[in-house]
Amino acid sequence: MNAVGDFLQSVIKMATTFLLAGLGAVFAERAGIVNISLEGMMLTGALFGVIGSWATGSVWAGLLLAMLSGALMALIFAFFTVKLHANQTVTGVAINIVASGLTILLFRTVFGLSGMIPKISTFEPFFLPLLSDIPGLGKAFFQQPIPVYLAFLLVPLCSFVMHRTNLGLNIRSVGNNPKACDTVGLPVHRIQAGAVLFTGLMCGFAGAFLSTGQLSFFTEGMVAGRGYMVLAAVAFGNYTPLGVMGAALMFGASEALQYRLQVASTAIPTEVWTMLPYAITLIAICAYRRRSNRPVCSGRNYIR
Amino acid sequence: MNAIRAIAQQLLIALAAILLAFLVTGIVMSGLGYDPVGAYGQLISGSLGSISALSESLVKTIPLILTGLSFAMARRAGLVNLGATGQLYIGALCSTLVGVYLKGMPAALHVPLALLAGLIGGAAYGGIVSLLKNRFSANELITTIMLNEIAIAFANCLVDGPMKDMEAATLFPQSRAILATAVLPKILPGTRLHAGLFIALLGVAFYAFFLQKTKRGYEVRITGINPTAAQCAGMNVQRTQLLAMLLAGGFAGLAGGIEILSVQKRLMQSFAGSLGFDGIAVALLGNTHPLGLLLSAFLFGMMSNGSNKMQMLSNVPSAVIYLMQGLIVLFVVGRNLYTKAFWRNVSKRHGKAPAMAAKEGRA
Repeated sequence: MNAVGDFLQSVIKMATTFLLAGLGAVFAERAGIVNISLEGMMLTGALFGVIGSWATGSVWAGLLLAMLSGALMALIFAFFTVKLHANQTVTGVAINIVASGLTILLFRTVFGLSGMIPKISTFEPFFLPLLSDIPGLGKAFFQQPIPVYLAFLLVPLCSFVMHRTNLGLNIRSVGNNPKACDTVGLPVHRIQAGAVLFTGLMCGFAGAFLSTGQLSFFTEGMVAGRGYMVLAAVAFGNYTPLGVMGAALMFGASEALQYRLQVASTAIPTEVWTMLPYAITLIAICAYRRRSNRPVCSGRNYIR
Repeated sequence: MNAIRAIAQQLLIALAAILLAFLVTGIVMSGLGYDPVGAYGQLISGSLGSISALSESLVKTIPLILTGLSFAMARRAGLVNLGATGQLYIGALCSTLVGVYLKGMPAALHVPLALLAGLIGGAAYGGIVSLLKNRFSANELITTIMLNEIAIAFANCLVDGPMKDMEAATLFPQSRAILATAVLPKILPGTRLHAGLFIALLGVAFYAFFLQKTKRGYEVRITGINPTAAQCAGMNVQRTQLLAMLLAGGFAGLAGGIEILSVQKRLMQSFAGSLGFDGIAVALLGNTHPLGLLLSAFLFGMMSNGSNKMQMLSNVPSAVIYLMQGLIVLFVVGRNLYTKAFWRNVSKRHGKAPAMAAKEGRA
């Protein structure tokens, strides 16, 4: 029971990184923007989360800084794609390259080349009263850092906004038929830019949770393809917040399983298990092809 | 006349993008307390300052030409190949296998065989992307990245397992060195410049010839411009894209093979760094044009080489060149930044936006 609780606890924790970024990405995707710079925005978030936490001593200040840095990257992305009509994929690649260079540059400038790892404050588990005492399940679900609870509480909220509010309707319409939206007077570009900005905030959050919640420091290139897995999670989750949660849990499980297997099986080189989350992602997007909610004008810039 | 104007325009956009990227990076550097002027000075002298610096820049250019071709070829067929990294590793792996374990070969046969192995390995790995797309409509943006990570981990585990050099003097896992008969010959005594340069140039020539002079190349171009039109004209879009991905993977695999047979001499964990992704920037700055691609590969080769000297002498982390490369791509695809329409728009904020004159180009 305890082992299961332990495993579930790390599944939920690792899923949170995917979930946070995925909840942001799903809105941009619905507005017709394919944003592959999630990776880069998460990476900047991861760095600034650490810098903020290290400089102020407060992990929450780090989180704030991380979200702002993610939003800044998103702003650049929005400017180039929405305003300048630059190809979304290529802009996303460019932002990822910029982010990898910028984070290494900043990281080495702030912390030096010595490789010394200063102690920073991180997200500690918060025990929910009573619930955390349930054997097994309590450990898995109710002994988590606060961002984990936040992420899962955001799922119904995002779902509500997406499906039950005017804002959500506008976002979904813009992705499906921007011209019609423009005709009836919706600010298409502003809605798309707003969705991208929200993605940036959430990716910054996800990055900060990765470096100061799931792990406790920054390493160069630490996002390691998770941004693209989030993209896969959005497609796999059929472009809804609830679906994204399911996909995030699956990817979280594959990552948690990978670490377990690395420790458990000494006979097989650890690198074999490193492949696991990526292989599962690959299989997932091949096996599951219901994309009924995919916007019609996904990835196409709307030019007035 | 129009063609010349179009080329001149491309060149101007590329130059503007490079200048803007250097400017922004300079501002970032001075903001962080570095001396950008000194750093750029060392970047240039470290890459062009002497025969040895220049030849080393060329050494760095060789794989960039090929990974650039890899992205460009897929791009021409309407695909975004982010998988050059994985294709490169599989190519490197295949070349290493032939280079290390195929004994008793004359060099005249061993080198081409090892290169061919890299080419085929990379092509096969690139082909997977296309098969997954055609069969399962799996988005290549995601599959390529996943295949990259899988290829890297696969090479890592072979080098740390069955292929590991047990007599190595270092603790880092690495394969045994390739046999002397598989080493690509040097072409400039006293430097590391090797015959891979000719192979890369041949690759560019093939790329240009294939696209402009062959029927299949024509199909690739049409498919890239308008897949629906290609379909209506009776072309097989899926097969054309598969061919393009095989070639793209082949280029990247060749890049990996050449690196192993010349500079690396053995397979090591994560030896390729960012070569795969640098190819994207190379192809985009060169606008997937053969000559443009050569020039931009050389620029990035220079930067990659010069950045080492820059890091040593002015302490600026060499990773700053990635920032520059990313910005260059950004300022190339944001080409509408250089149109009158955009600035007219900015100057009268609330006026009705005039239709964007410049249509989005290939970038």
